[in-house]
Amino acid sequence: MPELKQRQFLEFEKPIKELYDQVEQLRHMAEKNQKVDYSNAIQQLEQSILEKRKEITQHLTAWQKVQMSRHPDRPYTLSYIKRISKNFVELHGDRHVRDDKAMVGGFAQLGGHTVMFVGQQKGVNTKMRTMRNFGMANPEGYRKALRLMKLAEKFNKPIVTLIDTPGAFPGIEAEERGQGEAIARNIFEMIRLKVPVICVIIGEGASGGALGIGVGDRVLMMENTWYTVISPESCSSILWRSWDMKEKAAEELKLTPEHMLKFGLVDAIIPEPLGGAHWNYDEAAAILKSHLLKVIEEVKAIPAEERVRQRIAKFSKMGFWEEREENEVHG
Amino acid sequence: MQHEEDFDANLAGEEGQSEETRSRWFKRIKKGILTSTAEKKEAPDGLWTKCPNCKYTCTVLELREHLFVCPKCNYHHRIGSQEYFEILFDENRYEEMFANVRSIDFLGFSDLRPYSKRLKEAYAKTGLHDSISVGVGKLSGNDLVVACMDFNFIGGSLGSVMGEKIARAADFCLEHNFPLMIISKSGGARMMESAFSLMQLAKTSGKLAQLADARIPYISLCTDPTYGGTTASFAMLGDVNLAEPSARIGFAGPRVIKETIKKELPLGFQSSEFVMEHGFLAIIVDRKGLKDRLAKLLVLFKN
Ligand SMILES: [Zn+2]
Repeated sequence: MPELKQRQFLEFEKPIKELYDQVEQLRHMAEKNQKVDYSNAIQQLEQSILEKRKEITQHLTAWQKVQMSRHPDRPYTLSYIKRISKNFVELHGDRHVRDDKAMVGGFAQLGGHTVMFVGQQKGVNTKMRTMRNFGMANPEGYRKALRLMKLAEKFNKPIVTLIDTPGAFPGIEAEERGQGEAIARNIFEMIRLKVPVICVIIGEGASGGALGIGVGDRVLMMENTWYTVISPESCSSILWRSWDMKEKAAEELKLTPEHMLKFGLVDAIIPEPLGGAHWNYDEAAAILKSHLLKVIEEVKAIPAEERVRQRIAKFSKMGFWEEREENEVHG
Repeated sequence: MQHEEDFDANLAGEEGQSEETRSRWFKRIKKGILTSTAEKKEAPDGLWTKCPNCKYTCTVLELREHLFVCPKCNYHHRIGSQEYFEILFDENRYEEMFANVRSIDFLGFSDLRPYSKRLKEAYAKTGLHDSISVGVGKLSGNDLVVACMDFNFIGGSLGSVMGEKIARAADFCLEHNFPLMIISKSGGARMMESAFSLMQLAKTSGKLAQLADARIPYISLCTDPTYGGTTASFAMLGDVNLAEPSARIGFAGPRVIKETIKKELPLGFQSSEFVMEHGFLAIIVDRKGLKDRLAKLLVLFKN
């Protein structure tokens, strides 16, 4: 977690920064003038920081949720794995082309279970962001994920996927190596895996790149995330022919966890610490862990065949249509 | 090589530049068919077509006899579901299924225009029920269910109705032990259905998994264009993946790739031939040879 001084603030988080600056000032004064007791004032300010954090995240717009999901200080997949599990052994490679650094995974101990973690990984600084390709996996990343999921199935271990991607990478090599086929294969195989599969959107849930590791018995979304078929920016550029309508696009797409839950497309929302996961990695991880343990128990209790049947049935129900005979609007 | 085309406009329910001319051209074809021979003597403009690839000019009737493939340069004109059914099913006899499954604007989505309005326009323009039609009939005597997309209907976009129709087609195949064929022709997801559109990838894959377990053959034919959600699901999951020559097939559209990598794309990038060369297609088949090839496959699967 970044030190206070290195923290970055989104536009709508600026009031929190102002309060922190005041605390800083008081601390500075306290150091200079030991005779006056500033501790009460500092305590009060810290309380109002908590309140401000709560207040700011209580009524976020769809676009602000998108911004929160991309917050530069937000914890990523490996941060969570390290905090919620023990004995994590990262396993590399798709055994075909190379090791995709945008997708990570491996066995670890989560509570009493050995589980297979799989997830996109974003970089924490400029150098790492490039190495991780901004969390945009290539086909070999999806094939690595599938290899690990099949390994989990072989040894009858539950799978937990942590989803955080602006999309599968659109590149020449990605197309040459079959980006579409890789994602299609993952979806096809995931929906019939014989072990419990739990998916959590921990940041950005963009389109096929997210769904490529997103087909599970339970799909959960953390509070400050989004999940849909296209990023608001691209949607704006295609449907509004302009890059300026991303806020409107985010609203129209109804991509927030609350909408997704209401539509029955995800199963639960995981709350985050006041003001968002970036304010307290440990607390965010602890809440995630308690949800995962509960859901794993629940899904594990279902017999394997029935579990696959239920998984297919769940996704089969998704969609909206009506049945009517003729085009009433002809001509 | 075919000229570049921006599919995005079609996904937005608009007509791209080249598509606009095509669409007008099809209206003429339809008119042409209805026109009696007496009237044809006047040879109205509509009865003549020009190949966009080699500029060869011929009558619509001649083109239809050649299955909408240019007699001179083998350019495969983009055609719709009714044309494919006519080409594939014996004596053009088939039953259309699930035509009453219709799109609704569940989300109340509105961009430059409301989704509900775009749907109405698409119905009026195409006379179709949605971007996919399902037919059951016989191909050279073999039972077959064909689900075929129409690019004219909001860019062949993948939405709830497409997902539901494919799911019902698969259920029908499971029940009757008929093979399934999907003919893809799509620019990608129907954005106006947001996450519901995305979930159709999982929904259709679940059904294909059931077909696989029942050992029922599934054949995928990729035609121009096959992109986005279709490629990232059923289009790439065939027991046999086929494509028409020079069709463009890919996950990300060329414009997005160019903007991301800031480089020009190699000649022939994402063409059927390119995709086959990289190992993702089993066969590239001319439209004229399609029915024969399918008949052979269906018999081989059966025996
Ligand atoms: Zn020609």
